[in-house]
Parts: sequence; structure tokens; C-alpha cells
Amino acid sequence: MNFLGSVVSWFRLRENWQGASGIPNRLVQHAEISFVALAAAVLLAVPLAVWLGHKRRFGLLSVNISNIGRAVPSFAILVVGSQLVGPQTVPVVGSWFVFVALVVLAIPPMVTNAYVGMAEVPDDLRDAARGMGLSDRQCLWSAELPVALPLVMAGVRTSAVQVVATATIAAEVGAGGLGRYIVEGLSLGPTYNQEVFAGGLLVALLALTTEGVFALIQRAVTPRGLRQTRTRRVRPVDKTPVGPMVATVGAA
Amino acid sequence: MIPVLAEVTDRWLWWNWIDRNLGLIRHDLWVHIELTFLAVLFGLVIAVPLGVWTSRHRRARGPVLGFTGILYTIPSLAAFAFLIPYTGIGNLTALIPLTAYTLLILVRNVVAGLDAVPAEVRESAQAMGFTRRRQLVKVELPLALPAIMAGVRIATVTTIGLLTIAALVGLGGLGNLLMIGLNRPIRTAVTVGAVLSVAVAVVADVGLAGLTRQLTPWVNRRGGSTAPA
Repeated sequence: MNFLGSVVSWFRLRENWQGASGIPNRLVQHAEISFVALAAAVLLAVPLAVWLGHKRRFGLLSVNISNIGRAVPSFAILVVGSQLVGPQTVPVVGSWFVFVALVVLAIPPMVTNAYVGMAEVPDDLRDAARGMGLSDRQCLWSAELPVALPLVMAGVRTSAVQVVATATIAAEVGAGGLGRYIVEGLSLGPTYNQEVFAGGLLVALLALTTEGVFALIQRAVTPRGLRQTRTRRVRPVDKTPVGPMVATVGAA
Repeated sequence: MIPVLAEVTDRWLWWNWIDRNLGLIRHDLWVHIELTFLAVLFGLVIAVPLGVWTSRHRRARGPVLGFTGILYTIPSLAAFAFLIPYTGIGNLTALIPLTAYTLLILVRNVVAGLDAVPAEVRESAQAMGFTRRRQLVKVELPLALPAIMAGVRIATVTTIGLLTIAALVGLGGLGNLLMIGLNRPIRTAVTVGAVLSVAVAVVADVGLAGLTRQLTPWVNRRGGSTAPA
């Protein structure tokens, strides 16, 4: 039997679809770990960064935090976390340090994007909003935020994909989820390569689905007027990230 | 004996262990640097021609940039998992995904850099009788260099971080030290692996920034414009 055939038969095994180590359970675990961490990170990072961008304060830090985040390996954060906290389990968030590690990883791209999105709202637009008699608060909610929202969501999207990828690595330090197929398969030796491959396939599909779903959300929150004026120019990936390319920077 | 050992392995900085394993640390560090260099080099070899071609064919932009984006979305551990059945546990298994990841950043920056070359400059080169190829090599690519180098910096730092994950599938690099720290467990190994990985990333970033300055002396850093001297 060729190798891909053995992968197909792995997927057809009934036991791989049932119980604690079955695909449905592991998929739910993976999605749960990722979602809870992402939600916590959004609540922590987005309001603060939006406000900082509105006030245009701490710009250097907000912009550079994702550059710093890029240099710190996610695997190192997980290992240090596992050593510091140990295998404590908490309801909802699962393993405590995995949760903290994922939150820490998810914050930088969201801070940078939300800050840049808000701070780069054109001055004309702010002035026009103030000139129409909007208060500072109204200006934030009904003029700046709608314009900045696509970029804010781009940050959430980057973080979401990164969290899904890192949750896979977390299997190495004892977390559940789809990464377990890869880690367990590898520890069992080359005869279990089909399980490793199948795990990789499931993880890749989940990551691509996450990317797709968040891309749709990002499109949906883009005000109609901005959708049409989308520039066709390709923007460089730079130290000061602007535009949708930030969405894809920072894999794990 | 055992409580003493436990106390020692629990320490985040155990100089004796570092001293005894200097050879191992140096080896992992070297492998890490070597693989990062090769991944970014291969990435450039693919990305520069691809980026030049993409910048000249507007229709190719969506598909090329979209494809590199999809590659980038695949988690590295999954990518290693795909390759192990075919390429086994070896440097090639680490290099293929890491090279693929650099493409998104590098191709995008090559295209953006070439796009930013002012039309007047192109026309002047043409008027001076430059052939298409000479125009590219002598005028357009040098002007795109700051953008390309910015991409190289980000690709390098990203690769250094991602390479630590290769240790999960038994490949070398500083991730090995993290695995030793995790499995033995020796905390000092974790510290050494993490600190060296960040240090390599910072040194590479600063070094490449310096190299960019050397390569593009005409760039006015304060104004940030790319006007030739």
C-alpha cells in the first residue's frame, strides 16, 4: 500500500472518530483552547490599543511590540510557561500556562494593527467629524473606529491563525488538540507516519479555515465606501506595518 | 543525592551545566544560524525573479501573492509533518517549509520596491539607451533595495523563531536545547535556548540594518526618501 493510501485508511478507521482521542474531540479541544485564548487577548488588547491610537500615545511601543513578539519563539514561551506553572488544569481555559502563553502571543499583532489603524485615520476626517459637532467620544465611535476597523480585524486575524498554529505546538507540553496526532505519531516512530501526516493535514485545514473565516469577517466590517477605493498597490512588509499585509505576518 | 540534583536542575541558570555542554550549545547555535541563512538565501533566489516577473505582469499579482499567503498560513509543525514521510528527519525537512515561509515577505517586498520606482526614473534610463535588463539591474533593483532589505530582515527574524519548532520533529538548532530542558528537565537548557534564540534574532536584525545602510548610501535616512545622490 502506498503512503497516501495508508493516510486515507487512517481517516477511515472508526476508532479515530470516537472517544477522547478521536478527531471530533481533538478538533473541539483545539478550537476551544484557541478561541478562549483569542477572546481573552482581544478583550485585553483591542480596547486599549484603540484608545491609545485615538489619543496617539505610546506609538513607538505599540508599533514595535509586534517586532519584539516576532523575535521571541512561541515554543520558548510554552516551555518556560510549562516549567513555571506546571501542569495545572483550570476549567474553560484548559491548561493554565498554555492559555497564558497563547494570550501573550496573540496580543502584539492586535496592538500594532489597532494602534496603526486608529492613528492613521486621516486628520481631515477627524476635523470634519469635530466640525460637524461630534464630541470626542462620538468621533471615536462613529468616525474613527469604522475607518480603522478593517485594520483592527486584520490584527485579530493574524493572531487567530498564530494561536491555532501555536496550540498545535502546545501538544508537546501536554495540551490536547490536533497537535497530539503529530506529537504522538512522531514518538511512536516511522511506522506511525500516516498519523503524523493526517495530524498535519487536520491542523493545516483548521488554520486555513480560520484564516478564511476571519478574512470574511474583515470584509464584512469594512465600510462599503472603503471597499471600492481599495488601492491595488502592493504594500511592503515593513517595520511600521500598514495595510492588509500585516494580516499575514507572524506565523508559528 | 537526589534532592541536591533536583535543586540544581531546577535552577534557571546552572553555570556548571553550561560549562559542560558548551560543545553542544555551540553546535546547536551554529546549526540554527546555518539553516536560517540557507532558508533566507533560497528564499531570495526564488523571490527576486518571481517578484520581478510579478511586478511586470499585473494579472499575476493576485495569484502569486495569494499562493504565498496560503503557504504562510500552514502551521510549521503541520508542514514538518507533511514532509517527514517523504524527506525523513533531516535538514531538508526544515529548509523546505522555512524557505516557503520567507516567500510571502520577500516576494511582496520585491514587488512593492519595484512598484515604488518613479516612472520618470524608468523613462530617463530608457532615454539613456539602457536595455531592459540593464535598466532592471542598474536602476530598478538598486532603488528597490531598501524595501527588499526590509523584507530580508523580517524574514530572517521570523525564520529564527520558527526554526526552534523544528526540534519537535527531531531537527537541530536551538530548539534542541528547549527540548532538553523540557524532557530531562533541565531549566538552564531552556534559558540558554530561549536567550540565544532571541539574541541571534536581534543581532541578525541589527546586522542586516547596518548592511542595508552600507548597500544604499544614497538613501536619506532622516527624510526616508529614496532619492539617488
